[in-house]
Amino acid sequence: MHASVRPILSVKIPPTVTSAAARETAAALSMRMTISKLNFFYGSKQVLFDISMGIATNKVTSLIGPSGCGKSTLLRTLNRMHEAVRSARLEGEILLDGQDIFTQDVTAHRRRVGMVFQRPNPFPKSIFENVAYGLRINGSNVPIPDAVEKSLRHAALWDEVKDHLHKSAYELSGGQQQRLCIARALAVEPEVLLLDEPCSALDPISTAKIEELLVQLKDLCTIVTVTHNMQQAARISDFTAFLLTGQLIEFSPTPQLFTTPGDPRTEAYITGRFG
Amino acid sequence: MNSRLRWRKFVSRFMLTMTGVCALVSVSVLFFILGHLVYHGGTSISWAFFTKLPAPVGETGGGMANAIIGSAKMLLLATLIGVPVGFFGAIYLAEFSGGATAFVVRYAADLLNGVPSIVIGIFAYSIAVLPFKRFTTLAGGFALGLMMIPITLRSTEDFLRAVPTALREAAMALGASKWKSIVTVIVPAAYRGILTAVLLAFARVAGETAPLLFTALGNRFWSPGWNQPTDSLPVAIYRYAISPFEDWHRQAWAAGLVLLGLILVINIVARAILSRGIAVPRA
Amino acid sequence: MATTTTTVPSAGPVAGSRSFLSRLREGDEIARIITFLFAASVVLITLLLVFELWQGSVLPRHKFGFNFFRTSVWDPIFDQFGALPFIYGTLVTALISLLIAVPLGIGAAIFLAELAPPRISDTLEFFIDLLAAVPSVIYGLLGVFVVIPLMREYIQPALKNTLGFLPFFQGPMYGMGFLTAGIVLAIMVTPYIISVSREVLLSVPRDQREAALSLGSTHWESTWKVVVPFARAGIMGSIFLALARALGETMAVTMVIGNAPVISASLFSPGYSIAAIVANELTEATSNLHYQSLIELGLVLFLLTFILNGLARLLIVATTQRGGGMGNA
Repeated sequence: MHASVRPILSVKIPPTVTSAAARETAAALSMRMTISKLNFFYGSKQVLFDISMGIATNKVTSLIGPSGCGKSTLLRTLNRMHEAVRSARLEGEILLDGQDIFTQDVTAHRRRVGMVFQRPNPFPKSIFENVAYGLRINGSNVPIPDAVEKSLRHAALWDEVKDHLHKSAYELSGGQQQRLCIARALAVEPEVLLLDEPCSALDPISTAKIEELLVQLKDLCTIVTVTHNMQQAARISDFTAFLLTGQLIEFSPTPQLFTTPGDPRTEAYITGRFG
Repeated sequence: MNSRLRWRKFVSRFMLTMTGVCALVSVSVLFFILGHLVYHGGTSISWAFFTKLPAPVGETGGGMANAIIGSAKMLLLATLIGVPVGFFGAIYLAEFSGGATAFVVRYAADLLNGVPSIVIGIFAYSIAVLPFKRFTTLAGGFALGLMMIPITLRSTEDFLRAVPTALREAAMALGASKWKSIVTVIVPAAYRGILTAVLLAFARVAGETAPLLFTALGNRFWSPGWNQPTDSLPVAIYRYAISPFEDWHRQAWAAGLVLLGLILVINIVARAILSRGIAVPRA
Repeated sequence: MATTTTTVPSAGPVAGSRSFLSRLREGDEIARIITFLFAASVVLITLLLVFELWQGSVLPRHKFGFNFFRTSVWDPIFDQFGALPFIYGTLVTALISLLIAVPLGIGAAIFLAELAPPRISDTLEFFIDLLAAVPSVIYGLLGVFVVIPLMREYIQPALKNTLGFLPFFQGPMYGMGFLTAGIVLAIMVTPYIISVSREVLLSVPRDQREAALSLGSTHWESTWKVVVPFARAGIMGSIFLALARALGETMAVTMVIGNAPVISASLFSPGYSIAAIVANELTEATSNLHYQSLIELGLVLFLLTFILNGLARLLIVATTQRGGGMGNA
């Protein structure tokens, strides 16, 4: 479980480059989630070092970085999925709406912070039942068919499936399945939606559709994505965080990070000198 | 946390605990069985048990030497039948055969494997006993051998297939003919798995009773040679257990302990051989 | 002087004298032929078995036809053979065994696949595999000396006192009978359900579980509403396997069922199963019709287990191979 703030290793970590503009914006915006001095370990191996950042409400925040930099690990701490791994250990603080997420019930927390995975993973059920799943187990104030329709509309999938709601989810194409997973996650009305490389298993057309969708969804909830694809981050996100070997190197509004990066390592990454 | 969530969490804890109970109950059956065998039969295991013939009906004492020897003879015969057929048949499947033939052979082997042992007994009775009008050790060994064939065949084939292609190609590149590469390279590479397969098949048929009821029948005395009915541990256990004599019950327990002990030891040894060896797929 | 053309040596064994090559090929040919003969013998044996069962039951099949399965008089003296009591007994005991073994087995498999840490899961699975290796006659031994007294003195009276208004729990209590046989069978087939279901559950892709959890499911909800349904084909397969085993079980059943060709609603009643009567009467059949009727019973068993095993294999392979994107198997 979560321990009090006390780093085990005293590693010299250069301060994260956060521009003045970013600090101003941060002050002006409300933060749906805040991460403070997060250190993460698998057993004795440390994979995240002293990460502090904020997730702005109703904005899209992207985590970018080379393979193995820890961006997915960081994402998964936000909805406490790391707790399924026995050796995982976390120090530091994560707040949702000002409350420490580790003092809340984990099942209730995961309803508020939803997740969409890299490969589409619909349940072995019909399209309708996939979206209805979260509503059935958590209970719903609204009649379920209405809530299902609403979610599918938000995921830009309703028109394509409205006459086939009781067909198996596996009959949909890859891109449609991923939008179904988004609808499924949206059905429980989360405050934050986490997406772990949501388009990496999809073709370019489906990718474009989902990117468009994510930009629209930020009015509904706060979005955090992990992506391998820098152009995607540049296209859709308001804020971008660049991670390298478990450290947060730079965190700025997206246009700024991509045009005038503050750290030479960021520049090296976005210009493709390593990846 | 609202009350609905509280209830859901309670249900979760409760049901998951129940699954633990199910696992505990299932596993403890093994120890329950062993415990009873040791408790009721342990004291009856003596030198006499292993060396004496059964005493006349109604008298106490005596042993099961004839049943033990009978089992040993029939198991030997079963191995001589089951292992070569399974082994060479598997070599054919893994090294020589084409898709269609392989499918037919495998299908037949799986079919044979799934046949209830009593039906195997009927089959052995109709071709090994009726024509000769006698119950024999040979027929018993034959029935057991039939049961060993599919187990040895499928397992050996799996282990032969698991030998990396690189090894085969290396042997061929050095000029070895196919059968030579099989004998000198492939089979030795898979020997652990093959040995395990043979041991497990042996342990499986060692406990079989039904087929023996129709082939070797039973015998309260020594059964010299191969052409007479013979007793065996499983059949003796059955006969003694359903008898009205207390002393025979005691001996049934002892025999059960010996039989199960043998089977469990072979199973454990076989798995130990396998786990210590190269990673090969479980049959 | 004319130049002698040399042939380019071919790749592979030295292209020396023909006899070397053919000897080599012969060696492989002989190996191929020998191993083929062994493999073919397996097919031949299986064909012969089916033939013997079919041919060996020709008399009752022609004489009784399908009435064999509908009449319940089994009278060697008057050469009347109806298999209904044995079919009834076999089905009832198999059903009882599944009613107990399926929840028990799936529950244990869920524990082993979802909850237990890998080392414990493997250790417990090891014990379950050992249980599957215990021979039928040993279960019978425990059935006779432990289960029957337990039934007669505690369980049957308790059932009669609480549920005696049901026809299932009425009648004299001897300790043996349908219920006892069903319970012993349940213990015997549970390991099969556990080990196959465990494997099938372990092969469910991790992200199914994670997707359920990330929607705010409790651990039990994610297991029961997502993981188990995903694996349901394989679990059905394990149940078919268990059923096939229960139908063909001989020794344990014949030692505790009472061996009386009775059809009764009461589970306390002694009964008979197909395998049990074959075991008891085959070598002492009084007439050819009697003998062949028993063979026909063997044929029935063979066909039932053949179908069940075949279905089971299909279902299990379908679930474990297609790990992702194939939930509606």
